[in-house]
Amino acid sequence: MLNYQFDWSTVTSGKYFDWLASGVKVTLQLSALSIVLAFILGLLIAVMRMSNNKPVRWIAHAYLEFFRNTPLLVQIFFWYFGSYKILPTAVNDWLNSTNFEFAAAVIALTIYTSAFIAEDIRSGVLSIPKEQMEAARSAGFSYLRSMQYIILPQAVRLTVPPLVNQFLNLAKNSSLAMTIGVMELTYQARQVESYTFKGFEAFTAATVVYVAISLVITALVNIYNEKVLNIHKAA
Amino acid sequence: MITFQGVHKWFKSLHVLNDINLHVTSGEVLVVCGPSGSGKSTLIRTINQLEPIDKGTLTVDGMDLLDKKTDINKLRAEVGFVFQQFNLYPHLSVLNNIILAPTKIRKTAKRDAEEQAMALLERVGLAEKRNAYPSQLSGGQQQRVAIARALAMKPRIMLFDEPTSALDPEMIGEVLAVMKDLAVSGMTMVVVTHEMGFAREVAHRVAFMDAGTVLEEATPDEFFSRPKHERAQQFLRQLLTPMHCECP
Repeated sequence: MLNYQFDWSTVTSGKYFDWLASGVKVTLQLSALSIVLAFILGLLIAVMRMSNNKPVRWIAHAYLEFFRNTPLLVQIFFWYFGSYKILPTAVNDWLNSTNFEFAAAVIALTIYTSAFIAEDIRSGVLSIPKEQMEAARSAGFSYLRSMQYIILPQAVRLTVPPLVNQFLNLAKNSSLAMTIGVMELTYQARQVESYTFKGFEAFTAATVVYVAISLVITALVNIYNEKVLNIHKAA
Repeated sequence: MITFQGVHKWFKSLHVLNDINLHVTSGEVLVVCGPSGSGKSTLIRTINQLEPIDKGTLTVDGMDLLDKKTDINKLRAEVGFVFQQFNLYPHLSVLNNIILAPTKIRKTAKRDAEEQAMALLERVGLAEKRNAYPSQLSGGQQQRVAIARALAMKPRIMLFDEPTSALDPEMIGEVLAVMKDLAVSGMTMVVVTHEMGFAREVAHRVAFMDAGTVLEEATPDEFFSRPKHERAQQFLRQLLTPMHCECP
């Protein structure tokens, strides 16, 4: 009935294991770098979105609507295939000499995810009573300093659960980078399948690794949550 | 120290401040009272520009609030503000609530700021609460911390916006005691309050407001024994009648 011969050794040792391992490394690098950048950019966009300055607010709003409402794959293709058409030759030469696939993937994942993170942070900020801003302003803090020392530390706390979701999404979305030739985990699993026809084993291995990455991210954030943020239990 | 000249303010079509003329000299304690909605909270909030004014002139500690060149953050650092709802920073300990502005705005060294904060906590009787978080304190304790936080900036003026209105009756006394101590030390203070005992005992002058105007301005003695304006007489009668519930 079932005449498929399972051969797990294909993916647990030897050359193909090395391929997958190098894919894991690239996935981790891609995800970690993009998570950090997306968080910073998301904070910035969130603050801009709530600014008193109308043009600044408008730019942030346009950014959000634009990047939230277009498919990530299109954005990845745009940065990889589209952006270099409008860049000067010198810049292109330099880009081609570097790992441009990786850079384009980081840019796309960062920008796409930052739009979601910004909205999560904004709803966190909106749930902080406005009296907190008044207290900060009357102490002599500027708007930005009030955000930095008083509002955002409280808002980010409330934003942790949705942020974890965004981080997980980003780690999983990083698999789309294979479409522009970034040799991350999914790319390598596909590669192993092409060479060995062991598709079941290759993609099972990839699946296990993605689950593990997600669980580790969740665990790290939970530890941060307990050790750093919830040092006191709110009444 | 604080001078209002012909100050007006509107919320949409509502004329909340109508031709306010007031002067507070250095070291003076002015109590502002009046019925709800009379504009007294708005009045005190204009002094550090939590509410901007629409017309007139307002000078605070030599700075013209309508002058675009006035650095409003600098002014606010010189003016302590105590809120009805305390508004402590819930994510920071008592000590960190107090030292945040001195270390970040005044650039005081952390060690010095902590020393000064401890001295202030001694003064308001809460030294042992330095590591507590706001949610672990009673309302009266939170308000005393809020006063210490404002004082940590070494302000030249202190503003109190109904500082005891959100407190249980048994905690009002501890907060008023701290404020009285501050008044005696010569601090310039503007206090919006319904605590007529405090006004009588501590204030140098009382301003009575109704419908956005200052109807009467007098020494506490004059105001409480011979209020001139009929509206003020009515207000005092209501406030001093036993069994009258002040709750809105």
